[in-house]
Amino acid sequence: MEEKKLKLPYGIPGHNLTEIERVVPADEPPAWPINDKLKVVGKSVRRTDALAKVTGAAKYTADIQLSGMLIGKFLRAPHPNATIRSIDTSAAERHPGVYGVHVITHHKHDGDESGPGEFPEIKYAGQPVAGVAAVDMPTAIEAVKLIKVIYDTKPFVVDLEEAQKPESPLVYDAPVDQQETDGGGGSESGLGLNGNVRGPSRGGGPRGDLEKGFAGADIILENTYRTQVHTHSSLETHGCVVDWKPDNITIYASTQSTKGVRNEFANHFNLNKSQVRVICEFMGGGFGSKHSAGDFGLMAGHLSKKTGRPVKLMLDRQEEHISGGNRPNSIQYYKLGAKKNGELVAMYQRSHGTGGVSLGAGVGHIAEAMYTCPNFTTEQYDVLTHASPGAAWRAPGNVQGAFGLESLIDELAEKLGMDPLKLRDKIDPSEIRKVERKRGAEKFNWARRKKANSDTGTVKKGLGMAQGHWPRIVHIDSTAEVRAYRDGGVEVRSSVQDIGTGTKTIMAQVVAEELGLQAEDITVSIGDTAFPDGPSSGGSIATGSITPAARSAAYQLKLKLFDQVAKNLGADASDLVAENGQIVSKKDAAKKVPFKEALRKMRYEQISASGSRADDYEGFAYGTIAHGELGSVQFAEVSVDTETGFIQVDKIVAAHSCGRPLNPKQIESQINGGVIQGIAYALYEDRIMDKATGQQVNKNLHQYKLPMSFETPEIENIIVEEYPARSNTDAYGIGEPANISTAVAVANAVYNAIGVRIKELPITPAKVLAALNKA
Amino acid sequence: MKEDNTNESQKNTGISRRGFLKGAGLTTAGTVMLQSGLLGKDKETIAAGEEVGIEGVVIRLKVNGKMHSALVEPRDTLAYTLREKLGLTGTKVVCDRGSCSACTVWVDNIPVNSCSTLALEVGDSEVTTVEGLAKDGKLHPVQEAFIEHDASMCGFCTPGMVMSAAHLLETNKNPSLADVKNATRGNLCRCGTYPHVFKATLEAAKKMS
Repeated sequence: MEEKKLKLPYGIPGHNLTEIERVVPADEPPAWPINDKLKVVGKSVRRTDALAKVTGAAKYTADIQLSGMLIGKFLRAPHPNATIRSIDTSAAERHPGVYGVHVITHHKHDGDESGPGEFPEIKYAGQPVAGVAAVDMPTAIEAVKLIKVIYDTKPFVVDLEEAQKPESPLVYDAPVDQQETDGGGGSESGLGLNGNVRGPSRGGGPRGDLEKGFAGADIILENTYRTQVHTHSSLETHGCVVDWKPDNITIYASTQSTKGVRNEFANHFNLNKSQVRVICEFMGGGFGSKHSAGDFGLMAGHLSKKTGRPVKLMLDRQEEHISGGNRPNSIQYYKLGAKKNGELVAMYQRSHGTGGVSLGAGVGHIAEAMYTCPNFTTEQYDVLTHASPGAAWRAPGNVQGAFGLESLIDELAEKLGMDPLKLRDKIDPSEIRKVERKRGAEKFNWARRKKANSDTGTVKKGLGMAQGHWPRIVHIDSTAEVRAYRDGGVEVRSSVQDIGTGTKTIMAQVVAEELGLQAEDITVSIGDTAFPDGPSSGGSIATGSITPAARSAAYQLKLKLFDQVAKNLGADASDLVAENGQIVSKKDAAKKVPFKEALRKMRYEQISASGSRADDYEGFAYGTIAHGELGSVQFAEVSVDTETGFIQVDKIVAAHSCGRPLNPKQIESQINGGVIQGIAYALYEDRIMDKATGQQVNKNLHQYKLPMSFETPEIENIIVEEYPARSNTDAYGIGEPANISTAVAVANAVYNAIGVRIKELPITPAKVLAALNKA
Repeated sequence: MKEDNTNESQKNTGISRRGFLKGAGLTTAGTVMLQSGLLGKDKETIAAGEEVGIEGVVIRLKVNGKMHSALVEPRDTLAYTLREKLGLTGTKVVCDRGSCSACTVWVDNIPVNSCSTLALEVGDSEVTTVEGLAKDGKLHPVQEAFIEHDASMCGFCTPGMVMSAAHLLETNKNPSLADVKNATRGNLCRCGTYPHVFKATLEAAKKMS
């Protein structure tokens, strides 16, 4: 591959900004300067689809209505562990208004090939058994009730600690693996299963010598922390519409990965990917849980194939709680050795967590990666229970892990008599977080923080902070196409979807910047697998993956256009630039033509160019994934009422970096969201399972507590601009980083208020009162 | 379903669907609805003396200034009717039981949870949905401000949020932050747009006055 050298901005403006030379592929566009010197990128351009959203014009999957469309509905098993003896669907099939019934069997194409008998074993309450397609929802609900299933019920276990006991009912009787989907969720393969306990996974493997490390420690801390299960509770539930035509299938899906849905669906039904088209124009929240075709997608597929009509299958709110995914819980044990000066010398971490019948409850990555303690070992166990499968949830593993790790580091600072920020200056190698700590502390006025339990009144104030780490991950398999039309229109296309993060807007900005236009000049057509494959929107991957592809495509299109224009202008194509809506010669400013005028003179009605994500500059990519760091530091101010145990979060200051910020206002929106979800995790959310029945007790939105307007504190954001010089946009996502450190910052602030550390989430008033009574 | 139309059954059982709905919608919209006495209106007359069966009845419904007719069953909620029968899908259904206010519409200019209002109850009241908030092609100032201040992310709560915020400004020209929080206190947003919703609503109020 041909290469060239580029000088790119490198570092953090206002701190250590410099320039670095990188060897890059020859067809990469020239380096952009820092945001200050750009016209559209880095500006808070209006969200391109905001108008559709505020007027109700935006059509989500839940809103799709097709001619002849049927409504699909699941029959779900009421038992957490059972064998199905028989299923009689005859009454349902006879029911007026019912067009089709599909029973999930062991046949290969129902996704479960294991086990004896005709039907899959029931392993959690709410597991789908069959589905119906009927003229409308009321009819579908009636029909589902007419399906007669005879179950042989068996003992079950839903509790994380109970499930680890040797006498506990087994979820699986042979070792299990879990394949990674497009949105992650995979688990280290080949690990042993002992009862319901699988593992350990050791992350990247042990470092150094733990024993020696502890031997050299001045202080050793041992602690156990617990976090709860919480559900994604996206406002638009999981679901899709499948329109099965003989030659091709169109799927409207509420998804974070149109490409992933297509691939899974095609694989399941033995179709070519070219026969399956997945569309997601608007989607109502996913937070990690919406990457797969889903059992609902496959069911809608079967029903649509069977009936010859489009079938819409959207989960209802209860179903969303019990099968829409969740963040696994955790019990995390830490042993930490440190020197008097704060230096970490040894850390051992062991965790158990349950994602129900699925894997992926590990929490050790952040402890392994953030402080690079020289002697480190992690052992992470998945515990299987008869509960619904977990799913990736905004920074999977790191949010749970941060609660343990950053509580522990806070306690270490306390024990050493060090300021928590000073301790981190000592032990944290990250230059980004160093700047975030400094700028955050100033904005937050950290200097006013008092010793723990200093306030004497009933309501005590507390200040705390915590840090987060998330790797920069990039999907190289990300392509965009840019088209220009003779009528002046410019369009960017990709299968990448906008899940509310603003992907449409930043793609318009990047293309506009490259072509010297404004963001509103660009039509963004994404969320459709008819367009070139883009990345999934998860893991904070999308921005870093698709914006360089979009810029490359725009750059290649521009070169084509320059070739056509050069002759007319009497200029050399290599001297032309596109800026301020003009194509102009660098050598002679008089040689220029408005961009739209140049399009009008095109030989063809339309020109097009596509671009794909290059490897990270100078080989930072490992396979298809590149790692770097997205650091974050958050500060929390809380008031704790020591009579009621009630906690109010008064203020959060969130300092973040995501490479080159493309649209500060959209980034702020996402940080706010991460913070508010973090507060929810800290204080409110908890999926309550009834141990006696194996059912979720609070599968609604009134008993499942979520923060709303009155629980929203003042939030101040600091976006630390940073140029890692790794791609042609140097931009990365913010979804995961925003969510990692809030809960533990709040917990540390609660400690600072009352002087008692609460080591279990959520920190409810009852737990505060119990802790105060014990103290 | 029949018993819903007699006061007799309410006395006997102490709880009817209507009675339940009255108590269920205790979010922003629900509270206002009770305070306004909307449900206290004599909407029962709509089916007076008639047996309303499973086959449904054709009702006339004034939505966004336009008269529609729709075949509805007694169990059909206003949200269901708007979305499924009239194709007005701007109104979203999220919890379907009055705890998230995503389905907020105005009935006679009062915000209600349309998931917890029966279509038959609406009678000759006028319904305004998010699709009808813009007048003569001009956005409501709250809609403008939501765009300006990036108050939507995934956008699924946005129609309900807009209807709650816009109603506040229709009745309070100079709201405080606490007023805005109070007006949107029933609106659940999972993406966490609240800070920008507050800012947008306060800015819209400034522009309106």
